[in-house]
Amino acid sequence: MVKTTEEIARMANVLRLHVVEMTTEAGSGHPGGSLSAADLMAVLYFRVMKHDPKRPKWADRDRFILSKGHAAPILYSALAEAGYMPVEELKTLRKMGSRLQGHPVKDKIPGIEMSTGSLGQGLSMACGIALAGKMDGKDYRTFCLLGDGELQSGQNWEAAMFASHYCLRRLTVFVDRNRLQISGCTDNVMNIEPLADKWRAFGWNVMEADGHNIDAIIDACDKADKADRPSCVILDTVKGKGVSFMEDKVEFHGKSCDCEQNECAVREIMEAIEK
Amino acid sequence: MKLAQRNYYGKALEFLGKTREDIVVLDADLASSTKTLDFLKAAPDRFIEVGIAEQNMIGIASGLAASGKTVFASTFAVFATGRCWEQIRLAVAYPKLNVKIVSTHCGISVGADGTSHQALEDMAIMRALPNMTVISPADAYETYDATLAIAEREGPFYMRMGRSDVPTVMPEDTGFTIGKANVLVDGSDVSLIGTGQMVHACLEAAEALRKDGISAEVINMSTIKPLDTAALGKSVGRTGCVVTAEEHSIIGGLGSAVAEYISEEGFVPMTRVGTRDTFGESGTPNELFRKYGLTAGDVASAARKTIAKKR
Ligand SMILES: Cc1ncc(C[n+]2csc(CCOP(=O)(O)OP(=O)(O)O)c2C)c(N)n1
Ligand SMILES: [Mg+2]
Repeated sequence: MVKTTEEIARMANVLRLHVVEMTTEAGSGHPGGSLSAADLMAVLYFRVMKHDPKRPKWADRDRFILSKGHAAPILYSALAEAGYMPVEELKTLRKMGSRLQGHPVKDKIPGIEMSTGSLGQGLSMACGIALAGKMDGKDYRTFCLLGDGELQSGQNWEAAMFASHYCLRRLTVFVDRNRLQISGCTDNVMNIEPLADKWRAFGWNVMEADGHNIDAIIDACDKADKADRPSCVILDTVKGKGVSFMEDKVEFHGKSCDCEQNECAVREIMEAIEK
Repeated sequence: MKLAQRNYYGKALEFLGKTREDIVVLDADLASSTKTLDFLKAAPDRFIEVGIAEQNMIGIASGLAASGKTVFASTFAVFATGRCWEQIRLAVAYPKLNVKIVSTHCGISVGADGTSHQALEDMAIMRALPNMTVISPADAYETYDATLAIAEREGPFYMRMGRSDVPTVMPEDTGFTIGKANVLVDGSDVSLIGTGQMVHACLEAAEALRKDGISAEVINMSTIKPLDTAALGKSVGRTGCVVTAEEHSIIGGLGSAVAEYISEEGFVPMTRVGTRDTFGESGTPNELFRKYGLTAGDVASAARKTIAKKR
């Protein structure tokens, strides 16, 4: 397992490379919101989470639920690099017969905890998992990644209330605050601010961190580990992060690169990896 | 004797609470009505109140089941299926999780509360989901047995029952086999296939028909999906015509399930008794059953009409 900050940052870029290449190969998919979550995913799978690809059903493992299921490519990339499946299999994304369905399917690949893709449901599922851990006296942590646009869905707030009411302190939520969704800026589509205040008002331990700063993410995870209540980390991120022409571009939410774009993107990420 | 099915659902949960550590029960602020309160008394640590948040309840159930729990999630039928259908689809049915959605207050027998609380479409929308088994017990005893049976069987289930006291039609120790219909009366002129409390109406109708020299077979089809097509085929093969009866829309429920089978197997005359593409309204259960055509008399006249169509 990778350990140092530099190694995790490098791993995040390796995951980015996979995201770009696999969505290009598929001819579709969601690169933007996958790239914005790359640093978090590298931190979780290569530093913070207690997990073992050889024992994907290990009862004491930490759990991760990708509520924003359209970012499946980043989850698949992390699982592959962590050893849950061959890296070559990433090329099968979205193809007939592939285990890499357009959106994650529970247990299709070991390590996928829940089926997602319909936004707004993952936090409820994560609450159920965290509650089961609490009932069974287990210490595992449950992590859940939400989109910022996704937070417009009311079910999240039902779940937020629930987690706080049942004091699910082993639950940590990340909001990928990339400020974009399909129809444009979150602020214009449906403003979700003041976001930190909302979570605080629901009784959560709230932190804000630079979602592209490895140490800042690790630090937030460590603080959440010690919290006496559920934690929410609002990650300030850039959609499409790591590929300059995709950064902060709404059109790369659900569109893959063409050949030429792919070449540029790969070159840029490779440079970052080799640096 | 008349008994409320939900009371026996509660009793069965209470028994499960005492005998099985893996059972968790969820409710959305209706525990006193759905009778999940009985489980709360038996196993307080494993009863989870979710508040008025049915969509969240399904997600919680999904997460618990994925972590090894056998989960019962209850509320009124309209809310248990309609408010959170898509949550059930993705979080329960698709991953085949061990969640039992058990609803009370189905149908127009809800009575005075009116349309907002009368689920007449719940079986249709649950039946359409792959991996979902749909059960509608006929009386209190069968509800008790069915509750234990679905707790034993891994996977997603939907079970419905009404609010009111209903006549008992099944002997107390019949037991419950998922997917198996019960022939309650043998007959040769027409098959009366009932589900839920309409099984009793079928029995009464058979009695009335017998006085006219018509021999009606009565079947309790308490599993709507998968349908016991063997029992159905055998009965219809003998009688040559069929009437279905359910406290549910004729669209999508028992009548549809039977019609789908009958029409694919070859044509026999058939009539569906149920609400006819309409919402309910406030009234007493008896008044509503008369207005919406769900009485034993309605089943009997449907039988006469259907028999007349036989060649
Ligand atoms: C319930 C639901 N409605 C609509 C969609 C279609 N959809 C897919 S992604 C998306 C936008 C998500 O935006 P956000 O949550 O901000 O994700 P990110 O920016 O991280 O990609 C929408 C509307 C969906 N998947 N689920
Ligand atoms: Mg966004």
